[in-house]
Amino acid sequence: MAWLDSLTPQAQFAFFTMLKIACVLGPLLTLVAYAVLAERKVSALIQDRVGPNRVSLPLIGGIPVIGPFLTKLGFWHPLVDGVKSFIKEDFTPAHVRKIYFWLAPAIALVPAFLVIAVIPFGSTLGSQKMVIADLNVGILYTFGIVSLGVYGIVLAGYAANSKFPFLGGIRSSAQMISYELAMGMSVVPVFLVVGDLNLSKIIEHQAHNGWNVFPLFGGGFSLQTLLLVPCGMLSFTIFFVAAFAETNRLPFDLPESESELVGGYHTEYSSMKFGMFFIGEYANMFAGAAMMTTLFFGGWTLPFFGLDQAADSVWKGLLHIGIFMAKMFAFMGIFIWVRWMLPRFRYDQLMDLGWRRLIPLALANIILTAAVLALTDR
Amino acid sequence: MILPDALFYLFAFLTLLFGALVVANPFSRNPVTSAMFLVLTICAMAGLFVLLNAFFLAAVQILVYAGAVMVLFLFVIMLLDLKEEQRRKINLFGIVTGSGAVLGLGFLLTRTIWGGDFSQTATPKVIGDTKALGLELFTKGQFLLPFEIVSVLLLVAMVGVILLSKKELK
Repeated sequence: MAWLDSLTPQAQFAFFTMLKIACVLGPLLTLVAYAVLAERKVSALIQDRVGPNRVSLPLIGGIPVIGPFLTKLGFWHPLVDGVKSFIKEDFTPAHVRKIYFWLAPAIALVPAFLVIAVIPFGSTLGSQKMVIADLNVGILYTFGIVSLGVYGIVLAGYAANSKFPFLGGIRSSAQMISYELAMGMSVVPVFLVVGDLNLSKIIEHQAHNGWNVFPLFGGGFSLQTLLLVPCGMLSFTIFFVAAFAETNRLPFDLPESESELVGGYHTEYSSMKFGMFFIGEYANMFAGAAMMTTLFFGGWTLPFFGLDQAADSVWKGLLHIGIFMAKMFAFMGIFIWVRWMLPRFRYDQLMDLGWRRLIPLALANIILTAAVLALTDR
Repeated sequence: MILPDALFYLFAFLTLLFGALVVANPFSRNPVTSAMFLVLTICAMAGLFVLLNAFFLAAVQILVYAGAVMVLFLFVIMLLDLKEEQRRKINLFGIVTGSGAVLGLGFLLTRTIWGGDFSQTATPKVIGDTKALGLELFTKGQFLLPFEIVSVLLLVAMVGVILLSKKELK
């Protein structure tokens, strides 16, 4: 690595940042593809079907036991799905607004990936912190970018220039704004407790004082941690519900609800442009899962075996990344599970839940947490 | 450092360019396009805030203006379906009053900049730190009253809107 040492600090920083971006984006895209497979398999399991089990590759499919097993698992389906969406005809209807029609899928996709930049997905590997950008206002950056995500959907609805997509776009803009408020206010108690906006600091705090969702876990017993338990649970619950609405997942998938709006905002899209909305949705789910892990479930830490300290060896660093991934996958599992278990809300029910239940609850929770912190005085 | 200077000129140029395209876009008179350019203007301004080390302001700028206010604008524009707005010609009255306002503002700005003393560099009081910003706003008594008055003003506006939107009062 002599050539690395010969670089200036700025050049080293740029090199490692590029490396981290590549190392995060590549696996993320793969994970997105396999999350789609997981969705199909889980839905099959819940509805007592078999699910995708057909695709077999020429050479690997011939290996005894492993080949048929992977085929049965549907392991190659994401690959074939990807190829299919690229080689399908990319049809542009005559009546669409062309510029927005082309821009919208990209605008939907980009924010989902930008959010990942501030998430600490591990402690350290060597001398590098496992986060792409360790921002001081990390969490605000995340909310800012997430709030930009709605433009992709709204513009897609507008660009299509026909009734159903337009309704989908209108619905999504109202829905996203409503639940963004609830989501933003649900994390204020976390800041009150931690006293910092930096996501790495939030994880560090949780390593010493217990997970935000349940401070008794890993924080040791004291009056304050005991009293903070209901606050943490409440703010996690609100965040969790809002995350479903922000990612347009059932029971809140009003913008695309097939039974009312054909396909909602992406009715007019085909081929890879549709694929980009699809990737965007799953990348958003991963971002949401990563945020929940980081804010409420201790990020890459576990309060046993000294796993809450920054890694001193490469193996421990990799283990930390593994812990983070495991927590994130657990949330992805819940996302998928809920989709196939719950029916869709009606639109007025959705607005009612957002404005008249979640937002007042979140406000009350802020006051409650502030009171607990002021009375137990740290 | 050359990079921050270059970035300043880049973001300043983009802010002005996008801002101009909001009001006078030669290619399209579509209100949605104008709104989208306003979003870009706001994002470029957030870039300027970052260069001033005001990270909190930059994030809030994106979060509140680009993420929430402009989405509502877009929502309203799309609901109203402003077809006449696209067909409307620019009228003389608009040009005269508009350029009058621009000239007045330009005069004020040049006078302020002319009269300013640039020989000394001041260190900013609040450097992008949320804690410092919060203390400044809520404790010192310096900005507390104006801040609270603005909050009450917003509340009044909100109550007023609800009152106006109610068809019949019980």
